Amino acid sequence: MRHIISILIENEAGALSRVAGLFSARGYNIESLTVAPTEDPSLSRMTLVTRGTEEIIEQITKQLNKLIDVVKLMDMTEGPHIEREMMLVKVLAEGDRRNELKRLSDIFRGRIIDVTDKTYTIELTGAGDKLDAFIQALDSGVIIEVVRSGVSGIARGDRALRL
Amino acid sequence: MEITGAEIFVRSLEAEGVEYIFGYPGGAVLHIYDALYTQDKVQHILVRHEQAATHAADGYARSNGKPGVVIVTSGPGATNAVTGIATAYMDSIPLVVFTGQVPTHLIGNDAFQEADNIGITRPCVKHNFLVKDVNDLAETIKKAFYVATTGRPGPVVVDIPKDITADKAAFSYPDKVSMRSYNPVHVGHSGQIKRAVKLMQTAKRPILYTGGGVILGNASESLTELAKILNFPVTNTLMGLGAYPATDTQFVGMLGMHGTYEANMAMHHCDVLIAIGARFDDRVTGHIEKFCPHATIVHVDIDPASISKNVKVDVPIVGCVDNVLKAMLNEIKNNDVHSDAVALKDWWQQIDEWRSKDCLKYDHASETIKPQFVVETLYKLTGGDAYITSDVGQHQMWAAQFYKFDKPRRWINSGGLGTMGFGLPAAMGVQFAHPDATVACITGEGSIQMCIQELSTCTQYSLPLKIINLNNGYLGMVRQWQEFFYQKRYAMSYMESLPDFVKLAESYGHVGMQITKPGDVEGALIEMLKLKDRLVFMDFLTDREENVYPMIPAGGGQNEMILV
Repeated sequence: MRHIISILIENEAGALSRVAGLFSARGYNIESLTVAPTEDPSLSRMTLVTRGTEEIIEQITKQLNKLIDVVKLMDMTEGPHIEREMMLVKVLAEGDRRNELKRLSDIFRGRIIDVTDKTYTIELTGAGDKLDAFIQALDSGVIIEVVRSGVSGIARGDRALRL
Repeated sequence: MEITGAEIFVRSLEAEGVEYIFGYPGGAVLHIYDALYTQDKVQHILVRHEQAATHAADGYARSNGKPGVVIVTSGPGATNAVTGIATAYMDSIPLVVFTGQVPTHLIGNDAFQEADNIGITRPCVKHNFLVKDVNDLAETIKKAFYVATTGRPGPVVVDIPKDITADKAAFSYPDKVSMRSYNPVHVGHSGQIKRAVKLMQTAKRPILYTGGGVILGNASESLTELAKILNFPVTNTLMGLGAYPATDTQFVGMLGMHGTYEANMAMHHCDVLIAIGARFDDRVTGHIEKFCPHATIVHVDIDPASISKNVKVDVPIVGCVDNVLKAMLNEIKNNDVHSDAVALKDWWQQIDEWRSKDCLKYDHASETIKPQFVVETLYKLTGGDAYITSDVGQHQMWAAQFYKFDKPRRWINSGGLGTMGFGLPAAMGVQFAHPDATVACITGEGSIQMCIQELSTCTQYSLPLKIINLNNGYLGMVRQWQEFFYQKRYAMSYMESLPDFVKLAESYGHVGMQITKPGDVEGALIEMLKLKDRLVFMDFLTDREENVYPMIPAGGGQNEMILV
């Protein structure tokens, strides 16, 4: 099953490599990983998407907790949560396609953030499956490049990952 | 007053009460060596190879419970130390290893003797630190000792660039340190402890399966008391030998691949398995699908990640082993809990029947020296009171099977990583920790050659080790597997061109003896033990194709042992 694990980790050099190293050393899979400092500059927040059986996810959370730099973590998937991912797509936008792409972008609540006479760059935010759907909807011939941020997640309601 | 980083380093070690630091100098640590030179509180022990420095510190730590301390230079000094660090990591041994690093401004420039020590050691340390400011040095050292020795112990590396050791700062060593991201659990969950005791009360075929955690957690007394109150059989892992007295009737021997028949059969048939400070290693469980099919499992461990890692357990208890065992004992005493005497009578009868197989029997009338006989005789002559280190292979298993350890911290071996070359340097560390004790290294002609240069260190520090070389001219365990599973195709397991070990020992100024006949074994060992202040290298030419029995073949269950 897919799990989103959020981690508060000391914002120190090498902290990211401890997490990445743990996953490669133990053969766990990382689907996506995002990391940036929080409002407290001594802490980074990492959102990690992984897949595995319940036993493997249990081991992953235990092994992550065992890393000395990990301060706290939460498996978002254990409760209601919101996940978001940002995507930038550069597409070929010439002739008739320009209107078509604009409409498609609007349908998905995307924003065109850069325009040339031949291209649009579209910014799109949402859950991963929405971004997938947008790519599906595009004619594969028009895509020049796709950049995805990886998933960020936050729990709904009062539940929060904080010190 | 400001002092240099090198002086801060030395004064921090003094403040930690460090007696010995095992190491080898080099460019990046010259300031530190200069600071060590001008004091006499911390004694530096010069090894001949950095691997041996880590093993020696490891042997020191295992035998007396204090952290072992190491210093090596940058680049090759640090990479040579990695095997020893990984060895300590797998067996949860507290080490603090200081590695030199090129000056801060050269890091990342492929400088002379530069290696990414933090990156290289990351997967085999409990934690590591790079010191980037001399003002952080003392606190980082404090944290390193704190992390290494608390919770589930392990090695910690502190990488110190050369310029940090020349920079100056005011020195104050913190009394204690706290880290928001590191808070080891101490006390077990009381509800779970109650559940475990309930299982002990109703168990018909219980067994206590205990590992190195009991030794690391100084819980032998509590374990013995618990086993005695309950009249339960006890088996120890390779790492746990000595945690429960081996000569006690409730001890059924070591379990696992080369454990006793009775221990493995009792494991297989038990209805309640109480695992304490053990981690269900593959050499213990055999085929995981066939492991303890009837058992309800209680697992006490300080490391939550060890629980339900390999085998799903029913009653997990996270905490210091000694605290948990004491809580169990209180629960038993306060509620006047008794184990099921009637069921236990039948269970013991069954265990004694398995015991009667005498699974460790060997040919006592052999014309050649049987390696088991050497270990057994050493056990007899030392009254079971020696510190025994070993390397890895057949000799290690024979030492574990035939030397009966009644006390913890007497059996020093590389159980997890299985590092050949461990025995001799580890024995040096043990001898430093226990200068008056008999310290013997049971080894083989393959393993001993992996760190044999340390005979020179032993000369320098007059270490009177007793080296028991069970020399069969083969990498015995490799040969045994090739005999069993590769139709006797002995690929590269024959040791050609062996040195004359007697002359080799003598060339370092030690005593050497070669023993070729079974009738001479006892006399030679007596002579060896009389040479109290000399290192004696005993080269026993043993039966060349003796095998370690009993054995669970790879993929087998615990009830599928090959007997002699």
